[in-house]
Amino acid sequence: MTNSAITIQGVSKSFKKIILRGNHTTLKTWLLKPYSLLSKSHGERLEVFSGLDLEIPQGISLGVIGRNGSGKSTLLKLLAGIYKPDAGTIRVNGRISSLIELGAGFHPEFTGRENVFINGAVLGLSRKEIEARFDQIVRFAELESFIDAPVRTYSSGMYIRLGFSVAVNVDPDILLVDEVLAVGDESFSHKCIDKMSAFKKAGKTIVLVTHDLPTVERFCELAVWLDGGCLRAQGDPRQVIDAYRQEVARWEETRFQEERSEGVCASPAGQLSKNRWGNGDLEITRVRTLDDQGQDRHVFQDGEDITIEMEYQVHRPTRDVVFGIGIFNGEGTCGYGTNTDLDQVVLPELPSRGRIEFKLEKPRFIEGTYFLDVAAHARDGHAYDYLSRCVSLAIRSSSKDTGFYRIPHRWVLPGGIQS
Amino acid sequence: MFLPIRQHLQEVFRYRSLIHSLILRELKARYRGSVLGFLWTFLNPLLLLGVYALVFNVYFRIQMEHYAGFMFTGLLPWIWFSSSLMEGTNAITSGGSLITKVLFPGQLLPLVKVGSNLMNFLLSLPILFVFLGFMGIFPGWNLCWLPLILLIHFAFIAGLVLGLATLNVFLRDIQHILANLLTLWFFLTPILYPLSQVPGPFKKFVLLNPASLFTLGYQDIFFYRRGPDPWHLIPALILSVIMLGLGIALFEHYKETLAEKL
Repeated sequence: MTNSAITIQGVSKSFKKIILRGNHTTLKTWLLKPYSLLSKSHGERLEVFSGLDLEIPQGISLGVIGRNGSGKSTLLKLLAGIYKPDAGTIRVNGRISSLIELGAGFHPEFTGRENVFINGAVLGLSRKEIEARFDQIVRFAELESFIDAPVRTYSSGMYIRLGFSVAVNVDPDILLVDEVLAVGDESFSHKCIDKMSAFKKAGKTIVLVTHDLPTVERFCELAVWLDGGCLRAQGDPRQVIDAYRQEVARWEETRFQEERSEGVCASPAGQLSKNRWGNGDLEITRVRTLDDQGQDRHVFQDGEDITIEMEYQVHRPTRDVVFGIGIFNGEGTCGYGTNTDLDQVVLPELPSRGRIEFKLEKPRFIEGTYFLDVAAHARDGHAYDYLSRCVSLAIRSSSKDTGFYRIPHRWVLPGGIQS
Repeated sequence: MFLPIRQHLQEVFRYRSLIHSLILRELKARYRGSVLGFLWTFLNPLLLLGVYALVFNVYFRIQMEHYAGFMFTGLLPWIWFSSSLMEGTNAITSGGSLITKVLFPGQLLPLVKVGSNLMNFLLSLPILFVFLGFMGIFPGWNLCWLPLILLIHFAFIAGLVLGLATLNVFLRDIQHILANLLTLWFFLTPILYPLSQVPGPFKKFVLLNPASLFTLGYQDIFFYRRGPDPWHLIPALILSVIMLGLGIALFEHYKETLAEKL
């Protein structure tokens, strides 16, 4: 007996593109190309894995992370035996129970009780074994009063509770979980985590596919990052997640760049539009967000210096100019707004072209996406050029506190201990 | 070739309790929500019997003695055969998340259709016996042959349905072709007419049809009160074994690609 629960060696898996389009062979195509059913190589193929190697030691919780379409679910289906690899081997040591889709195989017309028996049988339990576990399953799912109602009357949460409960109570050696815990309510997902922790203590192996990175960080001893069917990284969850987060930030950065080059600030000054208005006496020609190196960036880490730079051009000389700035969150709530007048900044005589910077030093924004309004207007509020939501920026943070901005704080604990 | 077939049968045997509950689920689901419920199992063949008796006995005035009883004898197993084929061919394609989301033995789906239709057939047999009884026909000891004929017939249907259900995943036309084919097949099978009515040179064509062999077997033991003709039974047995082997081989060959194809 080896001490690895799952050994994947050189596994390749590809799908015919034709399948992905849902294009089934009909009699006509078959008559035209009679060997199409037999040949395995025709058509374009989408390669998901080529030569994947992975070893999952026994008693380990493995977190699988990666972007959509990176092959996470295909990997799980390969492990569960639903898909067979085109090449390579997968050796599984022990009985697998999978929650690839909760409630797969539930028949809507049948009662919860009947479905538990059918589901248990699908997972390989005899009738006696299911009977012995039945009460436990129902109690865990908290469905005592609904177990004899048809499952079509269940809410999605009840569905999931019953499915999870069956899957974990059949005593598998290996549990495969695919992004399902997010569906239940808070108290149930805590219960699931508890149950999986108990699993771990019992020396069982768990493979968890999820986008919930903090759960992987807390719960798993090992993480792998799949990217386009390749193992980008594997090892300590903290390091893998960190690398993944950085990649996501880079990816978002390029997406923001693309979005910005397309649309924002495109409507010329002086023209009335939804996002821009003003008489155009003074035009804001460019707005950028810069990091401390002066590089144009849109994704910032929590606490990083941010400079908002505005370039302007004066078309008709005016002495009465106020520059302002507003920061909004995704819901359009203004988190902070100020201008040179409110801050009692005395503007010098403005050259006809120039640049103004608004520097945020170590801002403590909460993780999320923010939008900027920038404006030049007269003291009475009359707009020269107002650009609404002209720049977006994303803040990434390891902290999960909520709100808009982190107010400086500390906790004082009993006994005067300060944290 | 033979190893996969043995493994296949072992796997089916291992899942016997699942098959049992799936057949029950199938039977219950069929009538759940309907007012008459399980009574429909009896009402369906009774209605058919009524219509056929009216048409052939009263309108057509067929001269054959106890014609309605004869026809009913052949009709019930045909209903088992044709509805198994119709439902079973779709069984894997409509299996949905059972095939694509869990590791489920796909061969059970068509098998369950055959099994649940067998249950319907068996449950409608008492009606047949009562009906034949009214005509003074009591099958007697020849009923001992019934389990054997059922077994051979079951193997034939199961093999055929398994093969068709597998092919239907790749070639969805099969279910549509089948619907038309079954009507033709019905009239080519000696259900509405006795074999003796068929002119000599055509008899061997009738006997080339596997469905005829089974129909004749049921007619022998239920209607004619005699043992089945071994010249029908033995070829039927051979055909069934071949059909079952072919169906299993076909399924085993393609089973690993089924989840992707759906």
